Amino acid sequence: MLQIKNLHAKIGDKEILKGINLEVKAGEIHAIMGPNGSGKSTLAGVLTGREFIEVTQGEIIYEGKNLLELSPEERAREGVFLSFQYPVEIPGVSMVNFMKTAVNEMRKHKGLPAMPAGDFLKLMREKQQFVEMEGKLTGRSVNEGFSGGEKKKNEIFQMAMLNPKLSILDETDSGLDIDALRIVATGVNKLKTAENATVVITHYQRLLDYIVPDIIHVLYDGRIVKTAGKELALELEEKGYDWIKKESAEL
Amino acid sequence: METTIQSEQLIQLYSDVYNNNQPIFRLQNTDWLNSLRIQSLADFKKLGLPTKKSERYKYSNLDPFLAKPYSFMLTPSNIDLDTNEVFKCDVPELGTHNVLLLNGFFYHKNSINGELPGGIWIGSLKKAINEKPELVEKYLNKIATNDDGLIALNSALFQDGLFVYIPKGKTLDKPLQVINILLSEADLFVTQRNLVVLEDNAHANLVFCDHTLTSKNYFTNSLTEMFVGEGSNLDFNNLQNEHDEAGRVSSIFVHQGCSSSVNSSTITLHSGLVRNNIKIKLDGEGAENNTTGLFLTDKTQHVDNYVFVEHAKPHCTSNQMFKGVLDDQSTGAFNGRILVDRDAQKTAAYQKNSNLLLTSDAKMNTRPQLEIYADDVKCSHGATVGQLDQEALFYMQARGIGKKEARLLLMYAFAHEIIQNIKIENLRFRIDEMVNKRLRGELSRCHNCAIHCN
Repeated sequence: MLQIKNLHAKIGDKEILKGINLEVKAGEIHAIMGPNGSGKSTLAGVLTGREFIEVTQGEIIYEGKNLLELSPEERAREGVFLSFQYPVEIPGVSMVNFMKTAVNEMRKHKGLPAMPAGDFLKLMREKQQFVEMEGKLTGRSVNEGFSGGEKKKNEIFQMAMLNPKLSILDETDSGLDIDALRIVATGVNKLKTAENATVVITHYQRLLDYIVPDIIHVLYDGRIVKTAGKELALELEEKGYDWIKKESAEL
Repeated sequence: METTIQSEQLIQLYSDVYNNNQPIFRLQNTDWLNSLRIQSLADFKKLGLPTKKSERYKYSNLDPFLAKPYSFMLTPSNIDLDTNEVFKCDVPELGTHNVLLLNGFFYHKNSINGELPGGIWIGSLKKAINEKPELVEKYLNKIATNDDGLIALNSALFQDGLFVYIPKGKTLDKPLQVINILLSEADLFVTQRNLVVLEDNAHANLVFCDHTLTSKNYFTNSLTEMFVGEGSNLDFNNLQNEHDEAGRVSSIFVHQGCSSSVNSSTITLHSGLVRNNIKIKLDGEGAENNTTGLFLTDKTQHVDNYVFVEHAKPHCTSNQMFKGVLDDQSTGAFNGRILVDRDAQKTAAYQKNSNLLLTSDAKMNTRPQLEIYADDVKCSHGATVGQLDQEALFYMQARGIGKKEARLLLMYAFAHEIIQNIKIENLRFRIDEMVNKRLRGELSRCHNCAIHCN
């Protein structure tokens, strides 16, 4: 589904990603872990088309297409979804209008007519249950006045509405209490199928107790320095990142 | 070729309109009005026309709009309009009383013109001067102040306009929609005078819509005085939708008594140049005023809102909220003055002005002015001039929403904060729709009128 080959990227003059190689197949859950400043969010930014990040080398192939040639909205319409680390508040734009526009733009892209209003509202109701937010979204502006937990649940709600092929969850666990974490993780697990894939970006092992990855990568200083099975998370939790730093320094 | 006229010549020209047509201006049995005109003409000659040199018009250059060779109309046009067509075309199913004013004159075929049940009077100001001279004399020009040449000129030259009178304890059963239409074969200078009187515990809802129907050059000098008595409630919405060659200075004076409330919105959808002077005096304890406005400009259009709220008595509340969305090389200005008199303790006065610049060529000047002479008051003001939120744009794009659509959603959300204050539901929906169309560039952007519904 996704192949990242020798990806280099910089922000301003600073090189952040220094040759990333990664392959994600349908049906897989990957976790990308790493200390602060290792380039995790930059990688998420490159995948979703952040303008301020400049790709200097390498390529990203998604479903046979050159992802880097697509605009952020085209990527989304092709099935790439980012759960934001910091979801944006948009006063005055209602959740209903926002989601209706998004859903219908996706449908238009697939050559489908706009969804009838009744069906849409039914879908909204149904998907809110995924994240235990029944009735909490209608009548509100996008993320405005939402608590930290509500914002993250809203991200997973949107994921459920848009039914993406490739979901990137950027620090979805940050700022969540244990109940919200459970709800968010359950939502993500329910959305899992053999046709889609998920990349979980996280600093801590905590989220991986709930969303169990098939493969864990450790990102350090702009490179993936270690790839292993889910047991790696426990090792990192126990020993921290220092041994990885040391190991990669020795390389 | 367009002729331009110098300021001194203009002053002479306008004065001559009066001097050469004295039989029309000097009426029998209205000495008070005759002397008002003479005094106002003298004031006008002294004050002249507003220029950018005057502090109050610093950000608005009226010259290109004033210095055109306009005709003056001293009697109503002889045009037959199908009022059903005009109203159908405008705000549908509003459930309103409708009246039409044509080039500043009350249209003769309006179904309402005079007394309604309960002693309510809605009709031509000229007719009211003839039929109810004492009533008009009691209120006319009692709050307008000749400190601006155009205001003095209005008092000197006006012929007609709208008169609304709601007696004590009465309520106007439906909103009154007033459609001001400019339609002529020649370039026109229009003078319109409106007077709205709500006695104590009276209620009314007014909607003014300003439109141009032919592509001539227009300048409208409109003056409206509104008296809102004790315990009364007035809702006033003004929709300004004229073409690029239309200039308008609209001065509104509001006087509020004890525990009265006034809510107003001034929405400028389209126009060449607009200057709204809105002057409010809270002259009774417990009065409340909400004055809001929204403008959308593009090309070289200019909109200037000049608001002055005076708190003369204690325990009054005022709220000003104005917004602007400026595209292309358009320009705008906001001046919000709050004056709290020494006796006006326990005043709460708020002001907010936010503006969106869509290009780097668009320009906005905003200026709050607070003068507070009482010591127990709550006042706040805030002004912002900014661009669309890039993070919000990206967030929407990341959900598959195209950049253009995302921009529209954000602009629309910005504008909606003002529109949501409009209480008449159908009008709110209609204005929402018009603003949406305007932002999408679907409203006619041409020289002609924007309300031809195609």
